[in-house]
Amino acid sequence: MIKIEKLHKSYPIGKDSLHVLKGIDLHIKEGEFVSIMGSSGSGKSTLLNIVGLLDVHDEGTYYLNGQLIKDMNEKKAALLRNKFLGFVFQSFNLISYKTALENVALPLYYKGMNRKERLEVALDYLEKVGLKDWANHLPNELSGGQKQRVAIARALVTKPKVVLADEPTGALDSTTTDSVMDLLKDINDEGMTVFVITHEEEVAEQTKRIVRLKDGLIISDELTKASKAV
Amino acid sequence: MFDLDRWREIFQSINKNRLRSVMSGFTVAFAILLFTLLFGIVSGLSNSFKSAFADDAQNAMFVRVWKTSKPYKGLQTGRRVQLKNSDYNYVTEEYASKIEYQSSRIYKNFSIKYKSEASSYTVMAVNPDHQFLEKTIINEGRYLNERDLREASKVIVIGRLIKKDLFGERPALGKRVNMNGSSFLIIGIFSDDGGDNEERKAFIPLSTAQRMYGNNDYISQIALGYNPDLSLDAAVAFGNQLERDLRNKLNIHPDDQSALSVRNMAEANKGVGQFMGILYAIVILIGSGTLIAGIIGISNIMIFVIKERTKEFGIRKALGAKPSSIVAMVVQESILITALAGYFGLSLGTYILSLIGNSLEEKYFIKDPSVSPGIVIGATIVLILSGLIAGYLPAKKAANIKPIVALRAD
Repeated sequence: MIKIEKLHKSYPIGKDSLHVLKGIDLHIKEGEFVSIMGSSGSGKSTLLNIVGLLDVHDEGTYYLNGQLIKDMNEKKAALLRNKFLGFVFQSFNLISYKTALENVALPLYYKGMNRKERLEVALDYLEKVGLKDWANHLPNELSGGQKQRVAIARALVTKPKVVLADEPTGALDSTTTDSVMDLLKDINDEGMTVFVITHEEEVAEQTKRIVRLKDGLIISDELTKASKAV
Repeated sequence: MFDLDRWREIFQSINKNRLRSVMSGFTVAFAILLFTLLFGIVSGLSNSFKSAFADDAQNAMFVRVWKTSKPYKGLQTGRRVQLKNSDYNYVTEEYASKIEYQSSRIYKNFSIKYKSEASSYTVMAVNPDHQFLEKTIINEGRYLNERDLREASKVIVIGRLIKKDLFGERPALGKRVNMNGSSFLIIGIFSDDGGDNEERKAFIPLSTAQRMYGNNDYISQIALGYNPDLSLDAAVAFGNQLERDLRNKLNIHPDDQSALSVRNMAEANKGVGQFMGILYAIVILIGSGTLIAGIIGISNIMIFVIKERTKEFGIRKALGAKPSSIVAMVVQESILITALAGYFGLSLGTYILSLIGNSLEEKYFIKDPSVSPGIVIGATIVLILSGLIAGYLPAKKAANIKPIVALRAD
């Protein structure tokens, strides 16, 4: 599903450049539940952004669903994101003036689905995350956990191949963290590839494979107890 | 191009962000309002000037004489100058190609009497062409004709208000009135846009007046209508030439303004034309300045709005929005706001102008102020274009920011 070879990425800082990713090799198969761990500055967010087509890499190759990602323009990247990827962010990134239902339906609008149909689909997904009754509430009327569940519903609504979650529990307390992680596990159980970035051990342990990053390199890549239990 | 879903997105965005929509709309509405009022007021002034000259034909010229104020060729100051038929004939023959209408005028004040009703009126003895020079409008019957002049008939054309004074609602055409001891047949009743005074006048044939009152060939004025094919400059030159020529013929000092003058509408028209031209130029300058200020206002607000929405655009792009769809959304929103606000300003402006109506005519010479459809359409096009530019440039920039950068924005 995701195949990365010798991936490099630098950011220019004044005259110098900061070498963030120094040759990453990573292969994630369909249906995997992977977490990337690392301290801040280890390059994990950069990796997710490149995988999510929100940023471009400098060197190396990246195949998403068998397609070589190279020379992407914004239009092509937008189409691929809409088709293959779902995003869950630490700060939720819901549009504040849209209701929960409208937020969930937005990716379907960019897919070109008609309004009636996309509102029906969005409502199904809100029901799935247990927020059907909150469909017509604005984000600021929801708790953090509810917001993140709305964001997850939004990430799922287009039936993407991969769900990318950047510190999905970073802004949540432990109870809501568990409910969000349960939700991600359910999604994975249904066969969807889930790719989580976190710095919390408890969160990483609930995934099936942990990849640890340090200074732009993978230092370990191992399966967890959770994967062996299945 | 019409995409109901996109419009729904736009309406939602406008509706949920009312303050900023109203703010950007306000500058435009205000600019257009001022623009409309300015243009309306100048058009009102222009209307006033036009109606001030509505009394007489636009191409009229009047040769008038008084007493000399300068000695010339041995003739003393204070000599009374008298125009005669021969002068009239000389002018009309000498300048035939430059003249459209021609008439002599004799002014008299007579009492006109019908049965027990009588009153004193200005009576002018004229030639048939005078109808066009004075812009006399015949309501009933006819004006004087060549035959009346040839036969020195005792016929009279009376103003609408004379008829009202003497006859009230009763018919006057074909009745006879007594004027200065003679009986005259009413052959026509007229009205005139020049006001009430003009409609309390009566016209009789020139020959009749000369024969009955004095038995001479004196005339008070020569009224001409210059050939409308002449340019304003040529018409002014014609008037000056005529003035020099007649002073020479009547032995008047060339600079003696108070002995003989030619009042030439061409000069007035030229002056008014220049004046209105300058006024319009000033208004266009100020008006476009206001419009430009308005446009800059929207641009500023749009830049601010787009900066504020950068994160939203980042989210939309992460969810699969193409840059073009974001640009289109912002531009359409911007055009919608400017067009609606502009239309509001325009409507308010025309409504205020219609309220003003003719109420400022007396004091401020503003008559029936209004804006022409051409100006309205032009202003609307400018607005839509400015909305397009104001929205497009910053939106294009925002849409091309990498989503990762946009998402980081606050």
